Amino acid sequence: MRVLIPSQLRSYTRGAAEVEVSGTTLAEAMDRLDAIFPGIRFRIIDELDRIRPHIRIFVAREAVRTIAVPVNPDDDIQIVGALSGG
Amino acid sequence: MKRHAAKTSKTSQSHRKPLAARRGTARTAAARRSEEVAVFVGTRKGALIYYGDAARRKWRVDGPHFLGHIINHIVLDPRDGRTLLAAARTGHLGPTIFRSTDMGKTWVEAVRPPMFGKAPEGMADRAVGHTCSLTPALAGEPDVWYAGTSPAGIFRSEDGGATWAEVEGFNRNPMLPKWAPLENVTPDNETFGTVLIDPRDASHMYYGSSAAGVLETSDRGANWRPLNRNVEAAFLPDPYPEYGQDTHCLAIHPRNPDRLYQQNHCGIYRLDRPSEGWVRIGRNMPAEIGDIGFGIVLDPRNQDRAWVFPMDGTTVWPRTSPDGKPAVYETRDGGESWQRHDRGFPREHAYFTVLRQAFAGDSFDPMGLYFGTTSGELWASIDEGRSWTQTAAHLQRILSVEAARLS
Repeated sequence: MRVLIPSQLRSYTRGAAEVEVSGTTLAEAMDRLDAIFPGIRFRIIDELDRIRPHIRIFVAREAVRTIAVPVNPDDDIQIVGALSGG
Repeated sequence: MKRHAAKTSKTSQSHRKPLAARRGTARTAAARRSEEVAVFVGTRKGALIYYGDAARRKWRVDGPHFLGHIINHIVLDPRDGRTLLAAARTGHLGPTIFRSTDMGKTWVEAVRPPMFGKAPEGMADRAVGHTCSLTPALAGEPDVWYAGTSPAGIFRSEDGGATWAEVEGFNRNPMLPKWAPLENVTPDNETFGTVLIDPRDASHMYYGSSAAGVLETSDRGANWRPLNRNVEAAFLPDPYPEYGQDTHCLAIHPRNPDRLYQQNHCGIYRLDRPSEGWVRIGRNMPAEIGDIGFGIVLDPRNQDRAWVFPMDGTTVWPRTSPDGKPAVYETRDGGESWQRHDRGFPREHAYFTVLRQAFAGDSFDPMGLYFGTTSGELWASIDEGRSWTQTAAHLQRILSVEAARLS
């Protein structure tokens, strides 16, 4: 599946705005993303596996608030930085 | 692993005149060799490093490092004089630690930044919001660092900041939920905590916290106990509890580690070990000024000398310079008396707020003092506090200031 990377995280992806990963859940996909780009997961998901307060993740254009959701191979996972307060 | 490179530019003391374009490379190199002090400034939107000559009259600014990151603390390792650690996060992104071994030319992110493990049964899980403070260990432990986090936690690195492990005697201590309840935070949803190490004994440490007051360990963090006798917590039903005080800044004297000072939410205190009873030396401040503030700086040459930056703690607690007139107060007798210094500061309508880690001193003689304000001004004194000069303005909210003599 395709992960859309926001500008805040492209220093981890060497500038890439899109990354291909695999996985059957969002958690697996994020683990795979972190395996490719070490450190990226903790910037968006805390040690309690919660999506950080000012990060939004959309799977197939649907907002999710937990990483324990299924994902399909043709889903897009969009990571967005939102409402950080200036 | 994330790498960053910093921009570098030159400025005059007034932070207005770029000089780099006018000077040749050889002259620049010579100028850099004359730099003998560095002031590390962490702000809400990045970090800056100010390099000064021994006279501390000419300054070159290096940065910004991590523009847009909240840099809670940036610290030079005194054990090698070239390694920097920076505690960073952004409004969107979670907390991490960056390390540089070339004075900030390049940075590498920690492989495992501070993060809590699963809490023991009966304790609520915690997640690191940010690292508040970074403490290098003693010279005999060259790669060891400690980090204090919000919510309250202590982490230790034994590899120079690449990986961090919990100090389990603190983070998993059954008393932690009482010492530092998760709900005991500032309006910014933060708490503060920092580790100090007894320079004689690496196993003897103190922890100063906005939630718990002061705690002490004698076994490298395996066990901790409160050390808050006589320290007021006016915001609690019992104003002198065993713990729960709000320590803003804790300082241990490097030459006499039996002497500690703290600027507390409720005043300025001194402790002379082995006594466990703090003395409120802030009672000797002028009544119209009071003894409310955030930072305290000690003179490394003289255990009786310290400086504070008082702020207004009346009515709704503005925590700005009393009456809009900034001043530093100095004691030379361990807090028995205090002397006002305000030369160089605006005379009126200057509502400075100087946060917990934003007041520091160097080790020159005469000693230099530095503080940063929440309005983004950096001020310096090269005559031990008697007069002050604005070194930089128009920065972002300054969260921390550290000064180091370069080797």
